[in-house]
Amino acid sequence: MHFTINGRAYEADVDIRTSILDLCREHLGLTGAKKGCDHGQCGACTVLIDGRRVNSCLTLAVMHQDDEITTIEGLGQIGDPHPLQEAFVRHDGYQCGYCTPGQICSAVGMLDEVAKGWPSHVSEDLAAPLLDDGEISERMSGNLCRCAAYPNIVDAIREVAQAEPEGRTADEKDAAMIGEVLA
Amino acid sequence: MKSFIYEKADTPEAAVRDIATDGARFIAGGTNLLDLMKLQVETPAKLVDISRLDLATIDDAEDGGLLIGAMVPNSDLAADPRVIANYEVLSRALLAGASGQLRNKASTGGNLLQRTRCYYFYDLASRCNKRSPGSGCDAIGGINRILAVLGTSEHCIATHPSDMAVAMRALDATIVTLKADGDRRRIPIHDFYRLPGDTPHIETVLERGELITHIALPKPPSGRQSYRKVRDRASYAFALVSVAGIIGMESGRIANASLAFGGLGPMPWRDPAVEAALIGQAPTIDAFAAAADALVADAKGHGSNDFKLPLARRTLIAVLRDLTGA
Repeated sequence: MHFTINGRAYEADVDIRTSILDLCREHLGLTGAKKGCDHGQCGACTVLIDGRRVNSCLTLAVMHQDDEITTIEGLGQIGDPHPLQEAFVRHDGYQCGYCTPGQICSAVGMLDEVAKGWPSHVSEDLAAPLLDDGEISERMSGNLCRCAAYPNIVDAIREVAQAEPEGRTADEKDAAMIGEVLA
Repeated sequence: MKSFIYEKADTPEAAVRDIATDGARFIAGGTNLLDLMKLQVETPAKLVDISRLDLATIDDAEDGGLLIGAMVPNSDLAADPRVIANYEVLSRALLAGASGQLRNKASTGGNLLQRTRCYYFYDLASRCNKRSPGSGCDAIGGINRILAVLGTSEHCIATHPSDMAVAMRALDATIVTLKADGDRRRIPIHDFYRLPGDTPHIETVLERGELITHIALPKPPSGRQSYRKVRDRASYAFALVSVAGIIGMESGRIANASLAFGGLGPMPWRDPAVEAALIGQAPTIDAFAAAADALVADAKGHGSNDFKLPLARRTLIAVLRDLTGA
């Protein structure tokens, strides 16, 4: 089978039952996406397929050979983190970190949904949803954090959501410090 | 997971041809089927991939309604401006279900066909007439907090888990199919699901190999619409009780009422007696209580789900107050 993951082409000879999660973790060395429940209940395996967030554990690899798959490895690099990665560090949006790649991939997909004007369960006006903390919590409810870092996750996502489109919200000193920590 | 043969269908006609072998199943979003396959509750010998069929658009229908392709993801349906403007109950119901990730993947047709979340259906060590016909039902007399109080039988008390289907029932949707022999048919949603009786493993009137191609909504109903869901946590949980309501008022009286319920029965539930108790009435607490009494008249708790009877009454009354401003 052939795949496009994080802009790179891969060939893999895998069992027909292989999920995108197992493909990435067990066959391609992309271990960023995590296996939590393996049943679509925890969100730790969240990746983006053609820009849409999905549970990679409930996704057969064979069905997505012609799609663009993006994992956490494709969002940020060491020394050049994604704005959400920076914000999670700055706001301490994790404790053990196991759910974090899924949280960040999910947040990227979620903010794109917000940009498209998609409503949520808590939107008062479905035609014009506003992104407040309640909206962030509801829209991120498919990502569990057993360390319960939820308030800080919401803080991190809110900061990126409110950032100017062209810029990152971290000041340069912060960004440099985070780069050092990650390096 | 048991292994399977995989085929990808390019057209609906090819899909119904490919499905014509024993143990073959369609797969679209796969969010429910793959979950069940991992547990070997489902063990299809062959999967026919219908996810790329050209059935992912929402089109205006000639009768003023909408024709929704079966492959439209739940997210896209919930966010469609026409659905938001004219079928708010459907958008609200979809958004009350699952998570953002699952709604991005789950299809409209698949949502109608999702299986119960009864604990015993999922547990291969338990007896379940739905999973293994004739084996018995461990839910009856067991832990049945999430299970049904209406339309059950001595063989099965499973609930249908969908929120979307509850709204579809309130909206009088029609399921459009393509049969293995090439015939098409239109099935009103009130005829689509089957009560469990002594065959709880047969959940719809679909024939073997019959493919849902579209869901048709009639022209928008008059009046206000809402979907209220009561569950054990604020998000990402199945309904204990849900109500899809559409109420139209004229001259201070209820002119039209359409009420469907989730979490109560083996199918999205609708009872003409509930609506008859409301139509022509002024929106008073007495009228609402009469409708709620009609809803639970034949309801039967099974122990740990007894609470659903008062919860269903109260939720219905709350929805009616909200929709009528009473």
